[in-house]
Amino acid sequence: MAKAAESSGDPGTASPRPLFAGLSDISISQDIPVEGEITIPMRSHIREFDSSTLNESVQNTIMRDLKAVGKKFMHVLYPRKSNTLLRDWDLWGPLILCVTLALMLQRSSIDSEKDGGPQFAEVFVIVWFGAVTITLNSKLLGGNISFFQSLCVLGYCILPLTVAMLVCRLVLLAEPGPINFMVRFFVVIVMFAWSIVASTAFLADSQPPNRKALAIYPVFLFYFVISWMILTFTPQ
Amino acid sequence: MAAADELAFHEFEEASDLLAETPDAATTSGSNQLTPQGHVAVAVDSGGSYGAEEEVEESDRTALLQEEKQQPGFWTFGYYQSFFDVDTSQVLDRIRGSLLPRPGHNFVRHHLRNGPDLYGPFWICATLAFVLAITGNLTLVLAQRRDPSIHYSPQFHKVTVAGVTIYCYVWLVPLALWAFLRWRKGVRERMGPYTFLETVCVYGYSLFVFIPTVILWLIPVPWLQWLFGGLALALSAASLVFTLWPVVREDTRLVAAVLLSTVVLLHALLAVGCKPLPLAHPAPPTQAASLSPDLPPPPTARAHTT
Repeated sequence: MAKAAESSGDPGTASPRPLFAGLSDISISQDIPVEGEITIPMRSHIREFDSSTLNESVQNTIMRDLKAVGKKFMHVLYPRKSNTLLRDWDLWGPLILCVTLALMLQRSSIDSEKDGGPQFAEVFVIVWFGAVTITLNSKLLGGNISFFQSLCVLGYCILPLTVAMLVCRLVLLAEPGPINFMVRFFVVIVMFAWSIVASTAFLADSQPPNRKALAIYPVFLFYFVISWMILTFTPQ
Repeated sequence: MAAADELAFHEFEEASDLLAETPDAATTSGSNQLTPQGHVAVAVDSGGSYGAEEEVEESDRTALLQEEKQQPGFWTFGYYQSFFDVDTSQVLDRIRGSLLPRPGHNFVRHHLRNGPDLYGPFWICATLAFVLAITGNLTLVLAQRRDPSIHYSPQFHKVTVAGVTIYCYVWLVPLALWAFLRWRKGVRERMGPYTFLETVCVYGYSLFVFIPTVILWLIPVPWLQWLFGGLALALSAASLVFTLWPVVREDTRLVAAVLLSTVVLLHALLAVGCKPLPLAHPAPPTQAASLSPDLPPPPTARAHTT
């Protein structure tokens, strides 16, 4: 039984009608069946995902996480304006990089307590507290990036500097001298610039436009300090 | 209305110019007074009524702004965000203001304009701490190039020492100064004391001049180092003194003199502590590094080298 839609008000009324006011007057006829399936692809996908990760082998789980980390490494090495690092943030990559860097930078136990390079804990603390401070700074300045996203970006952008550390370690196996130092200096400078460019590409968009420099400067200082630690590393 | 606003803006600039010309004239701080008529005490020779109008308009405006600004509670994030409410151009302007102090040009009133920020002091101190440690390291490297017998080591602990010292200076000394000025508040009628944040701001920005100085101290020419040090200290202390002078001059002579000389002395101590002392020949590793992070081998070794 179709109900005729009633006339939607007198044409001559001067009072403005609210939007979609006439919709309530329309009713759907019962002999036009409405059927079908409404699926929400995301949710069913996740449900299927959840139940299957319980049963999958450990190798699968580890490989999946490693692949995610590796994909983000690629994004850092070839920085383009993409959202992958920000959207699916994870802190595995920063942890791996920070531990590697701290292991390579720590001084041997033969060194005296005061005069030496940083300990493992010192490097760790500098990296993580530096990242937290920069994140807090950018949030206080009014940036709209979340806390962990920013930590993720800053941590992943240490990758070029870790590569520089590896190269420096290898170069230091050769004989010391000015050429040795020049090579290390050049490598560290290039990787430092790469880190800054990569992190700026990801972070700059989330800052208010007249405060971009204020938010980027601490990032510059952070990577500068890490580069300095790498450059002054002397094996004992 | 627009004409009145324009007029008010121009008057604000002219108020500072008037201050520069006639250092005896004092502007009242609008934040402390809601009924400005009774408290206007402007001693201007010519154009007295003009000056009085300026006072009323400026304190009216600031009073209105104070009422409208609602401070969120200190447990909310928004409270701390209000301390970082600066743009790049504002920070650069404040740095420039601290680098070039002019008499009568009050840093707080002219540059901060009742909007102190914590960004400048925090990052200037962090930069200074790291630059101190890095240049300390570099002096050691350069000295080793000239004299290969000096044992080189990265000396990472200097960062900690420098950082702790500088941050303590920028937080504790303004705290003491602010507390002292508030205690002496009763003596002053005309100008209210600065807030704690404004004092921290003044100190933080005044440390900026040390950053290029510390870098220039790498040049191993002693008289040049003393020259740079003196210049930096003069600029920095002048900026502090010119800011504090309007607040302190209404006090008794003795208190004013003692306060200003203490401020300058503490600042000089910091400057001397940062300056690298001339390195001597290698000696056994030193004891704990004190205020001067670049302290060379113990004095006995230095006595032998001369």
